[in-house]
Amino acid sequence: MADRRYTKTHEWITVDGKTATIGITDFAQSQLGDVVFLELPTIGRKIGAREGFGVVESVKAASDLYSPVAGRITEVNEKLSSKPELINSDPYGEGWILKLELAGDLPTDLLDEGEYKKVTEASAQ
Amino acid sequence: MVDFGGWEMPQQYSSIRDEHFAVRKAAGLFDVSHMGRFRIAGDPSFDFLQRTVTNDLGPLVHGQAQYNLMLNESGGIIDDLVVYRGSEGFFVVVNASNREGDLDWLREHAPSGVEIEDRTFELGLIAYQGPRAEELLPAEGLHDLPYFGFRGGDVAGIHALISRTGYTGEDGFELFIDSDRVGEVWDAILERGRSAGVLPAGLGARDATRLEAALRLWGNDMDQTTNPYEAGLGWTVKLGKGEFIGREALQKIKAEGPRRMLVGLKTGSGDIARHGAEVRASGRPVGHVTSGTHSFFLGHPIALAMVEAASLRVGDTAAVEVRGREAQAEVVKLPFYRGSARSGTSTAKA
Repeated sequence: MADRRYTKTHEWITVDGKTATIGITDFAQSQLGDVVFLELPTIGRKIGAREGFGVVESVKAASDLYSPVAGRITEVNEKLSSKPELINSDPYGEGWILKLELAGDLPTDLLDEGEYKKVTEASAQ
Repeated sequence: MVDFGGWEMPQQYSSIRDEHFAVRKAAGLFDVSHMGRFRIAGDPSFDFLQRTVTNDLGPLVHGQAQYNLMLNESGGIIDDLVVYRGSEGFFVVVNASNREGDLDWLREHAPSGVEIEDRTFELGLIAYQGPRAEELLPAEGLHDLPYFGFRGGDVAGIHALISRTGYTGEDGFELFIDSDRVGEVWDAILERGRSAGVLPAGLGARDATRLEAALRLWGNDMDQTTNPYEAGLGWTVKLGKGEFIGREALQKIKAEGPRRMLVGLKTGSGDIARHGAEVRASGRPVGHVTSGTHSFFLGHPIALAMVEAASLRVGDTAAVEVRGREAQAEVVKLPFYRGSARSGTSTAKA
């Protein structure tokens, strides 16, 4: 599995061959607080890079989810409908949100760990 | 940490869900030192407060507290507050966001001979709330302390003013302790309660528990444009007690009937109606959500909404805006949840 990369809107992505896995970051879940519900797209839908694909509802607020890359949705994490708290307890593991079949190249604006850390430090001020 | 009325406070210590359940099942410990606390003393202080708040302070004996509203001349709610009557005068606890405004208002209206002292920064305030709070508090002899009663005593060997009040719908205590000792009491309470499942609880759990108990939050569910009858707080208004600020306006409002009312809404999984969301009845807009959250304890989202009088009744179906679309809401009886608070023994509500 390739390295995890990040967006300024606090999603993460890993890529394995043509398949990308997407979730939200540990920083995002800690800012949202307890997640209570996810509104997720249907399998087969095509989405563009930076396009909104769903909503995460926490106790505090509803936040839009954006896809870091373009592709076709091949899988959504069904476990999240009964256990949305997996987003809080394991954001990079069992709390993954969806899988995409990549369309084209990865965007060049994805952040590595160090760059993303700077984003979170800036917004934590 | 989030900013709350200028105070930096934790939304959660561990998880809002766990903290919420701790309050409902055992007890949770809240730091509410942000609330404003004033001492009001001097010979004319009884008459002064009686003219400044809505409830009748007459029947209050020393060691008793009472929920109250402070109104402007047009009957709008400046703040909600708890008035404590002690042997050496009064003590009032107000909302953090209104502390300075309330202080100005009180000083403006106080006759000479009334001293008003802001004690917010010398006294810490922590709230221990839950069905097992009495059993698990490291203090003795509180069983006969009535709901809305208070007295001096020791908690973990440190002097405190112990008040049987709170903002969660559960039995419990609010403890006023010198700021430089309050941390020791905090630690001792958590140490004693740990094996019983006690947790420190943040603003998230505070908001969820107060909303389940349908306790109004000033700034969300009411403000200076809301009168007590609209907010469902007519029980705090004693028009017959004599003159007080806002009384004339309230007499008129009461005679005409309030134009709006606060109702409880229950929505389906994930449909959290947030503050400001529009509420519709039979396709027509009738008002807005004032507070909404997901109730982990009840297992569904809940909300309070300020709507046109008589537009909705318990059992009706309404529509509420959630994430830009309409969701179905059921109008339900308030409170959403009745906890262990011993309101049966309350003299404050009498």
